[in-house]
Amino acid sequence: MTDIIKNKVKDFIIENFLFGDASQAPADNASLIENAIIDSTGVLELVAFIEERFAIAMSDTDIVPANLDSLDRIAAFVAARSSTGQVEAAE
Amino acid sequence: MCGFGGYLGSVAEGEQLLHSMTQAILHRGPDEQGVFVAPGVGLAHARLSIVGLGDGQQPMQDESGTLTIAFNGEIFNYVELREELRARGRRFRTSSDTEVILHLYDEMGVDCVTRLNGDFAFAIHDARQNRLFLARDRMGVRPLFHTLKAGVFYFASEVKALLQAPGVVAEIDPVALEQIFTLWAPIAPRTPFRDISELQPASLMIVDENGISTRSYWQMDFPEAGETSRHRSVGPAAEELRALLTDATRIRMRADVPVGSYLSGGLDSSIVSALAAGMTPQTLRTFSVTFDSVEHDESAFQAEMARALGTRHSTVHCAQGDIAASFPDVIRFTERPILRTAPAPLFKLSGLVRENGLKVVLTGEGADEVFAGYDIFKEARVRRFCARQPQSRIRPHLFRKLYPYLPGLRQQSAEYLAAFFGVGGDTLGDPLFSHGPRLRGTAAAKLFFSADLRTSLAGYDAAEEMASLLPENFAHWHPLHQAQYLESRFLLPGYILSSQGDRMAMAHGVEGRFPFLDHRLVEFSAGLPPDMKLRGLTEKHILREATKDILPPLISQRPKQPYRAPDSRSFTGAGALDYVREAMREETVAAGGLFNPKAVAKLHAKCGTGEANGFRDNAAFVGILSTQLWLETFTTTGANIASAA
Repeated sequence: MTDIIKNKVKDFIIENFLFGDASQAPADNASLIENAIIDSTGVLELVAFIEERFAIAMSDTDIVPANLDSLDRIAAFVAARSSTGQVEAAE
Repeated sequence: MCGFGGYLGSVAEGEQLLHSMTQAILHRGPDEQGVFVAPGVGLAHARLSIVGLGDGQQPMQDESGTLTIAFNGEIFNYVELREELRARGRRFRTSSDTEVILHLYDEMGVDCVTRLNGDFAFAIHDARQNRLFLARDRMGVRPLFHTLKAGVFYFASEVKALLQAPGVVAEIDPVALEQIFTLWAPIAPRTPFRDISELQPASLMIVDENGISTRSYWQMDFPEAGETSRHRSVGPAAEELRALLTDATRIRMRADVPVGSYLSGGLDSSIVSALAAGMTPQTLRTFSVTFDSVEHDESAFQAEMARALGTRHSTVHCAQGDIAASFPDVIRFTERPILRTAPAPLFKLSGLVRENGLKVVLTGEGADEVFAGYDIFKEARVRRFCARQPQSRIRPHLFRKLYPYLPGLRQQSAEYLAAFFGVGGDTLGDPLFSHGPRLRGTAAAKLFFSADLRTSLAGYDAAEEMASLLPENFAHWHPLHQAQYLESRFLLPGYILSSQGDRMAMAHGVEGRFPFLDHRLVEFSAGLPPDMKLRGLTEKHILREATKDILPPLISQRPKQPYRAPDSRSFTGAGALDYVREAMREETVAAGGLFNPKAVAKLHAKCGTGEANGFRDNAAFVGILSTQLWLETFTTTGANIASAA
């Protein structure tokens, strides 16, 4: 399931933060901040996407780099919060 | 204050070329034009008459006819220097500061620059030694560009004059573009024009039969961290500062025409205006720009200050659409791509000054570099504070206090704040530590570089080059002084004094004067203990102390409001201009060869929806648009980057 999540988030990042340039896509474990892919407004766009796409609610305490600063971390976080049904249902 | 150009070498139809050069920079000197032609050398001058109205024509020769000068700028201590020279038996034929330079050079040779307190760029042809001597002021207020083509050395105040010379063409230098998209400005002597250089600030150059040699005659220097300062307490230091600043302002009021002042509503221009108002028998003229948006507009503070000083105040409004309307002209004058629109309102402001019949204004520029006013200095202090306890969840909350005007930051968790500002990631010993977040944030805009441009730049890193140019003792300076140096050495001359300063003012034949950049003040401030400048998170502490009796509390206690202008949203939405659509069109971008056309199209679309509110997207949009305009303005064939780097 994490691969599905990861690919969906990756597509969102490429389209939204990299303006469609897939050649600049980050490695799964690369920091989105250190690689200047996401800035302070970008984080909130990412949170909005995750909530809407995967039908999960994120509290303020969830919005930390430990959960969101790489594709691996995002996938793990979303997977932990979602049942398979929730993710599929949101597709 | 003027513009000049010329050549050393054999040029067919040299006089015609000199006339073309002056025509190209006529905006800098609309009052008079003159040329000097001799075998193998030519000087051209376009004059803005300010000092010695009736007898200061240029190019000017000394009595012997062997020294000929073309000079742009002002020597503010020319009165004292002239008295000294007279006392030594020198005779003057004019009342100008130009002649003072000639006499001083005659006595001291190239070391004459060390005696000059002023904003200057000049060229002296010395027929006795058969050489050309060029020099530029310490901080880089006045510009001077040069190039070598077919064995001829050409020089001028602006590149557009050099482009009149045979065989000199405009091509983009990809390395300069990388520097702009990292540091906001090229690193001098490099310019965006391939094979065209600028003389660095505080440098002099000799061109003769042995070739071209350049050397620095001054540099910003700071004491070693921990070294005991002679300034033990704020009171006496503030008094000394006040005396210096008063004198720096006084000698910058010297002119045979009226001198006005910009008034932004902030601390620095208010101080300068207050000092100037007390020195002129006439009512001081002050000038401001106002904005539609509350986040950029400071008109209430401007009005308060003008009322308090009793100045005759004029404003020009920068309405929605004005930035876009003037932007092609702005780039024609900056002659370089820029990442922010802030020069555009200043272009309007200098137009207002000129419409009101003035051609000289004082400004508060430079105080933020000299007395640690910018947010980046506070940011670096907070980042160091956080880095000492990287696990702390409390300390990063201080970042919110720094940027109250950035809502995106205020909503972040402590963990994200720490991550955005590189806490834990940036090395405290990195010489560029203070500027890490800005450099990273800016460089993110390189996302839009084309594959060809990326290939041509492979292996090059602008920040690495910046680090390689730091003085030997840099590592021993206090962190605040390191940050001040970086700001003053790179951004100040490369962007603030050029794109926002000289080029915007001179576009309308207006000379800006900068009391805070008097080198005596710069040297004085460098010797102050860091805490006198940045006390806790209060910027310019000693400057506030030194001037609190001449400002209303509303102004003297006002926190720093960064000068900003609306960015990408100036160019999109209803009423968007055709030239913007054309410049950002996929085909046009592809023809330019510098950016990824599809990504640029998406960025343009995103900006059009008003969703591009992050720093990177705004910087990228303005940077790409200005680069496209640069190509269109100065080249005919788009970019040629095949042999870049």
